[in-house]
Amino acid sequence: MSKQFWMRNETLVALVIILFCLFATASDPRFFSATTLSDLLRASIVLGIFAIGAMLVLVSGGIDVSFTAIAVFAMYVSTVLTLGTIPDLPWYLIFTLSIVIGAALGALNGLLIARFGLPTLIVTLGTLSVFRGFLLTFVGSERISSLPPGMRDFSRSMIARGTTEAGNFYALPLALAALVFVVVLTWFILQKTTLGRCIFAIGGSVESARRVGINVRAIQFFVYMYAGALAGLAGIIHGSMGRMADPFSLVGLELSVIAAVVLGGARLTGGYGTVSGTLLGVALIVLVQNSLIVVGIPSTWQSVAIGLLILIGTGLPAWQAKRAAERAA
Amino acid sequence: MPDDATERTSSPFVRLHNVIKHYGGVVALDGVDVTIQPGEAVCLAGENGSGKSTLIKILAGVEQATGGEVHIGGVRHTTLDPRVSAAAGVMVIYQDFSLFPNLSVAENIAFSRELTDGEKFASQRRNKQLARKVLERIGVDISVSERVENLSVAHKQLVAICRALASNARLIIMDEPTTALTEREVRSLLGIIRKLKDDGIAVLFVSHKLAEVLEVCETVFVLRNGKLVADGPASEFDAASLTRHMTGRDVPDSPPSTAQAVQNLLLEVSELHKQGAFENVSFSLREGEVLGISGLLGSGRTSLAKALFGLVKADSGTMKMEDNSIALGDPLAATQAGIGYVPEDRLTEGLFLTQSIVRNVSVGRLDSHTSKGFLNLQSLTGEAADWLKRLTVKAPDIHADVKSLSGGNQQRVALARWMARAPKLLILNGPSVGVDVGSKADIHDIIRELSQQGIGIIVISDDLPEILSVCHRILIMKNGQLTDEIASGTIDETELTHRLAS
Ligand SMILES: Nc1ncnc2c1ncn2[C@@H]1O[C@H](COP(=O)(O)OP(=O)(O)OP(=O)(O)O)[C@@H](O)[C@H]1O
Ligand SMILES: [Mg+2]
Repeated sequence: MSKQFWMRNETLVALVIILFCLFATASDPRFFSATTLSDLLRASIVLGIFAIGAMLVLVSGGIDVSFTAIAVFAMYVSTVLTLGTIPDLPWYLIFTLSIVIGAALGALNGLLIARFGLPTLIVTLGTLSVFRGFLLTFVGSERISSLPPGMRDFSRSMIARGTTEAGNFYALPLALAALVFVVVLTWFILQKTTLGRCIFAIGGSVESARRVGINVRAIQFFVYMYAGALAGLAGIIHGSMGRMADPFSLVGLELSVIAAVVLGGARLTGGYGTVSGTLLGVALIVLVQNSLIVVGIPSTWQSVAIGLLILIGTGLPAWQAKRAAERAA
Repeated sequence: MPDDATERTSSPFVRLHNVIKHYGGVVALDGVDVTIQPGEAVCLAGENGSGKSTLIKILAGVEQATGGEVHIGGVRHTTLDPRVSAAAGVMVIYQDFSLFPNLSVAENIAFSRELTDGEKFASQRRNKQLARKVLERIGVDISVSERVENLSVAHKQLVAICRALASNARLIIMDEPTTALTEREVRSLLGIIRKLKDDGIAVLFVSHKLAEVLEVCETVFVLRNGKLVADGPASEFDAASLTRHMTGRDVPDSPPSTAQAVQNLLLEVSELHKQGAFENVSFSLREGEVLGISGLLGSGRTSLAKALFGLVKADSGTMKMEDNSIALGDPLAATQAGIGYVPEDRLTEGLFLTQSIVRNVSVGRLDSHTSKGFLNLQSLTGEAADWLKRLTVKAPDIHADVKSLSGGNQQRVALARWMARAPKLLILNGPSVGVDVGSKADIHDIIRELSQQGIGIIVISDDLPEILSVCHRILIMKNGQLTDEIASGTIDETELTHRLAS
């Protein structure tokens, strides 16, 4: 296998995942089962959709930390709206509503960034607080546990469920299909469309992009709107699957998501990132968050473990790249 | 303009009339008229900061003119953006290349073409095909799937050239396309320009290497301080008259340097070896000596220069400064031993573009202007301003950002930074890359002056007249080995070219 293959983040992260699973199975054979797998997959859905959006933003050379606030905002507002108007709205229309609200908030980020050229971190830090504050002050701060029936229907819809021969129960929710859809769509946009290549281009060099005639503002606007739409989707899925619209949830998850994306090989300086890497990063973070206990590490060590993974997972390739550059010079 | 076909074909491809450009208070262009016929090779000459790049940016739609008229292909454009300009057939190779470091060679080459063709979907296969075709056309062998960030400066420049060739251009503008190229690559580029002309593609060429300019161009436009001071057929100009128009004064050919008295030994390098880059390199340098190292691209000269400064770690060998050995591969140790290094790629490595000019110069001098923990800002700034003046950096204000300077003036800022550090040994990789003729002579004078003060200097350059005029001794490098040592004054340019190529 080529040297480059071994130097990629994806390879490293995949190796760590495999090692982790081997250890976990060795310490507790029950770990390796359909039940665990379906639990982990369930836990990956919301994080995964967030991560795909965050990756897209990193590739374009920016950073978005407001997506969790957008998600809660979109989820809570669409729940309240549905309950207050047509409670019987089918789930896909409630979802559409949430996605549209998310896209609109994302577009606001995009407008501030593309139109006024403000730094992305500052804008999204600001909108994170504004969206959240607005939600809690003007919309409501109560947890709603009697969700519209549409959302409950969604959470009960399964792609597959059953019991394995070994007697392990498993269930793959419909929400997993949403993640798959998002993954395929984003991969297609990034790799197969000129729009996607322009996103990489502006992440590589904004000035060069402008000079070859890329409409940088339009691309940025799209990126933040798309990330907002994904946040809206992730939010409503989170609400439905948790059977509760909680305006205090999700916010605070930003850093785990960005950690997953960075572990998967996206660079904070822009221009680099892949869908496959991002999914691996998410898988690793979810494993650490849910299964550290299986290998005998107390769960209080979770954040330490995640921190170490980021240091090693991003430091090692950087160090290798530096050595390679020295050798080549 | 009437939509009359006959009128169109007989009209020039580009016509600029009374174009004016202001950057805040700076007048970069002051009523310039330029016309370019289809298939014509035109040269734009001028000192650093005279407005050449600005004129190009206006044609490319990157900057909007403050006043005047821009006609391309017989159509007047009141607002031009890069897309419109590219669609009209204007392609630019920028001074800083403007490539995407994170994308492959193939994608970089194909990008403009994809955009002007209005492709909605990307295809790496199509990109690679196009890239291979263009690379073949200019006879260069670069892997199309390599990321541009991993390429050498010369290869980056070639990729930028290929990108322009890949589009259906009717005018290709080259803003100093040869700064990073060696003699042989420049030859092939000039060959390409001739071929383009035969295909009816016009070329606008900016270069400080006047010999090149006169060789390929039919028409010359000379700018000075944003004004057109001369224009006409190239046959009416020679290097001397061109220089006179550009600078408004005569610049004498610098005399070849003569061997000087024997001084103390400064640097001793023995058996320096680096797998795949250079082998068995041994030489010594005396105080006040100017040593030239020349060689073709890939000869290992840049690796050697970097190894001397510790940026690249040699596998074996020893280096001694004033009889003290220096650790290999340690830039800090090299700096402490008194070695300074000015890199080849000064526009993209080494400058803080969004910091002020003064800060860029004084960044290495903070220690020397600090007493009892306090920084003496006045003396620091004074010293930097002094160096900027010595290197005649043309800037409205020394506190302006470096990025607002013209390309050649940015080069000088990088030079000033290293000269200000007053090293004992200064390694200059391409000391006058991108600098106009007038100031090239100034830089050479400064090199001589530093040498008289006892500073040892290593000049790495392909500019043979430059090497011959400032160096006491010339080493020739081939395939990683020093193959020849020549005392200056014993050889002329043709002979040196011959020895380099043989
Ligand atoms: N963005 C900017 N802001 C302010 N001044 C600028 C800017 N860009 C260029 N200038 C000024 O305009 C003048 C012309 O610059 P230009 O880059 O056109 O010179 P040039 O002829 O290309 O020189 P060189 O040979 O050094 O590349 C210079 O005085 C420069 O300082
Ligand atoms: Mg210029």
